[in-house]
Amino acid sequence: MTDLVGFIVIMALAGLAFVMQRAAARVGSEAARSVLIDRIDSLLPQTQCRRCTFEGCRPYATAIAEGRADINQCPPGGDETAAALARLLGRPAKKVDHRFGVMPDVPMVAMIDELACIGCTKCIQACPVDAIVGASRHMHTVIAAACTGCELCIPPCPVDCIAMRPASESVTEVIRLAPLPAAHMV
Amino acid sequence: MLARIGVRGGLRLDAHKERSTAAPIAVAPAPRVAVLPLDQHAGEAAIPIVSTGDTVAVGQPIARPGAELSAWLHAPISGRVVAIEPRPAAHRAGEASMSVVIANDGRETRYVPERSLSDYANITPLELREWIERGGIVGLGGAAFPTAVKLARATDRSALSLLLNGAECEPFISCDEMLMRERADDIVYGARVLLHALEADECVIALEDSSPQAADALRAALARADDARIRLVTVPTLYPVGGERQLITAVFGREVPSDGWPLDIGIVSQNVATAAAVARWIRDGEPLISRIVTVTGDGVARPRNLEARVGTPIAELIAACDGYTPRVERLLMGGTMMGIALPSDELAVVKATNCIVAASALDLQQRAPEMPCIRCGNCSEVCPAFLLPQQIHASARANDLAGLERYGLMDCIECGCCDYVCPSQIPLVERFRTAKPQLAAHLQARASARASRLRYENRRERLARLEAERRARLEEKRRLARQKV
Repeated sequence: MTDLVGFIVIMALAGLAFVMQRAAARVGSEAARSVLIDRIDSLLPQTQCRRCTFEGCRPYATAIAEGRADINQCPPGGDETAAALARLLGRPAKKVDHRFGVMPDVPMVAMIDELACIGCTKCIQACPVDAIVGASRHMHTVIAAACTGCELCIPPCPVDCIAMRPASESVTEVIRLAPLPAAHMV
Repeated sequence: MLARIGVRGGLRLDAHKERSTAAPIAVAPAPRVAVLPLDQHAGEAAIPIVSTGDTVAVGQPIARPGAELSAWLHAPISGRVVAIEPRPAAHRAGEASMSVVIANDGRETRYVPERSLSDYANITPLELREWIERGGIVGLGGAAFPTAVKLARATDRSALSLLLNGAECEPFISCDEMLMRERADDIVYGARVLLHALEADECVIALEDSSPQAADALRAALARADDARIRLVTVPTLYPVGGERQLITAVFGREVPSDGWPLDIGIVSQNVATAAAVARWIRDGEPLISRIVTVTGDGVARPRNLEARVGTPIAELIAACDGYTPRVERLLMGGTMMGIALPSDELAVVKATNCIVAASALDLQQRAPEMPCIRCGNCSEVCPAFLLPQQIHASARANDLAGLERYGLMDCIECGCCDYVCPSQIPLVERFRTAKPQLAAHLQARASARASRLRYENRRERLARLEAERRARLEEKRRLARQKV
C-alpha cells in the first residue's frame, strides 16, 4: 500500500517537474526570440519605408525571426545589411532582391514645395518618423535632418507638391537632431 | 614611470626650446598688408561688418560672430579694407578661406570704443562673459575654441576648477614658456578675471618641471597678487603632457570621460596665453589682435619668440628673425609632432598660430620604408590615450569599422608617439587620420538610425494611445446611451 502511495507521489512529482521544465523552456525561448528580434532590428537602417512589405523595420525584423520573410528584402540597407543579417543568422549571403525597390545613388530627403502646399496634413499622417511639421490649412515642411527618405509621404499628397531631393542639398541638414526622450513626444 | 600622478605613456623628447628662449620676446613689425580669415576660430565663420574701401583703426571690430559657436574679429592694424575675398589660409594648410584684407596706413590709429570697462569686479559674471566675447578671445593653445562659449557652457555648475595650461604642447614650441617668464602678471590677472566670470574659486596653473624660470616668475606674480585661490603645479616634462586630457589627469588625477568634456568632471581648461589675452582685453582694452609666436628650427637664422599681429605674413616673421638658413627644407605651423606643413610663407598668422618651424633635415624624423607590424607593442606602451595602436592599425587595414570603434579610434589624439617609436616605420597617425572620417560617418549613420527608431516607436505608441482613448470615449457614449434606454 505504502509502495503504491510512494509510486503515485513520485510519478506526480516527475510530472510536475516535466511541466515546469516545459514552461521554463517556453519562457526562455520567448526571451531568446525577443533578443533575436532586437539584434535583427539593430542591423536594419530604420528608414521605416515599408519597401520590405512590412509595416516598418521592427515588424520586418519580427517576420525574419519567425521565418516569414527573407533577409534580402531591405533596399535601403543594401547588400551590406543583407550580408550582416546572413552573418547574424548563419545563413548564406544574398544580394538584395530588386523587386522590393531600387535606391537612388545618393541619400535623398523629401522636400515640400511650400507655395503649392494646401495644408491638408495627409503627409504628416503618413510620415512614420514624425519628420513633417505643420497644422491644418497651414504650410507644412519636412525636417530634413529627421527624414529617412522613405517616400511614404509622396502618394498621399493631393497636390503632388512633395519631391525627393539629395540630402546634401538640404539647407536644414546642419541641424543635428538628438534622440528625444520618450516623454517629449506627444 | 609616471604612475604616481596618473599619467601613462608619452615620450621624453628633446624639446629644442633653448634655441628659441635665449632672446626675449621681440615685437614683430606690423604687416604692410594683413590677411584675416573669417573662419580662424573653431565653429562657424564670422560675418564681416566692414566693406571694401572702409577705413579701420587698430582694435576695431571687423567681423561679428556668425552663430552660437563663433568669435569676433578685430583689425590688427589701421588702414583701409582692400578686399573681402577668399585667400589661402595657414590654418587650412593653404586652402582658401574668406578673408578680410587690410592695407596698413602706418598711422597706428587706435579705435575708441563706445564703452569701456573700469573694473571687472563691479560687473556680474554674465556681463563679464559678454565682455570677453566682445574681445574676440579664442583658445590660444591651438584649437582656437571661442573662450566665451567655453565659459558660458560652464555656467550653473558648482565646484568648478579652472586649469591654466602652461605645459607646452609639443617640442620646439616655447611661446607659453616665454609668456610665463615675461608676462606672468598678465596670466595671473587673466586667471582672476576668468575665476570671476566662472564664479569659481579654484585655479591651478600647470607647467612643466623643465621651466624653472617660468615657475619663478609665476610665483613672484602670485605673491604680488596675493590671491589664495590660485596655485601653481608642476608636472613632469613628458610629451604630450600639455594635451588637455593628459594634463587634467596629471594635475587632478582624474580622467575626462571618453565621450565627454573636461567640464563633465568640473574642470574648465584654458591656455595661459588665453588668460593673458583676457587680461589685455579686460584691463587694457586691447582685443585679441596679436599673439606670441615661436619662430624656430634649424632653417631660420635667429630663432626666437615674436609678438606678432594676427594677419602678419609668415615671411615677415622669418625676416624679423634674420631670414632662412640654407638648410631650410620645410615650413610647419605648430610643432614637429602634430604641426601642419605649410605650402608657402605668404600665409598669414592666425589666432591659433603658436609656432612656425622652419625645419631642416636635422629637425625632422627621417622615415625608412614601411615594414610589416611585428606586434612589439611599443606603440601601446607610449600611447597616452590608453589605446592599442597596433590593433587599430590592424582594424584599419581590414576596413573593420566595428574593430575601429571597439579599439577606440575616436579617442586618438594624434600625438604621434606611436609613430615615433614604431620599429617598422608604420605611419600610424596618418592611417588613423584617414580612418577617422570613415568611422565618424558610420557612427553618425548609426546615431541617426537610432533616432529614427525612437521617433518611429514613439509615434506608434502615440497612435495606439490615441486609438485606445477614442475607443474608451466611444464605449463611454454607448454605455450612457444604454442607461438612458
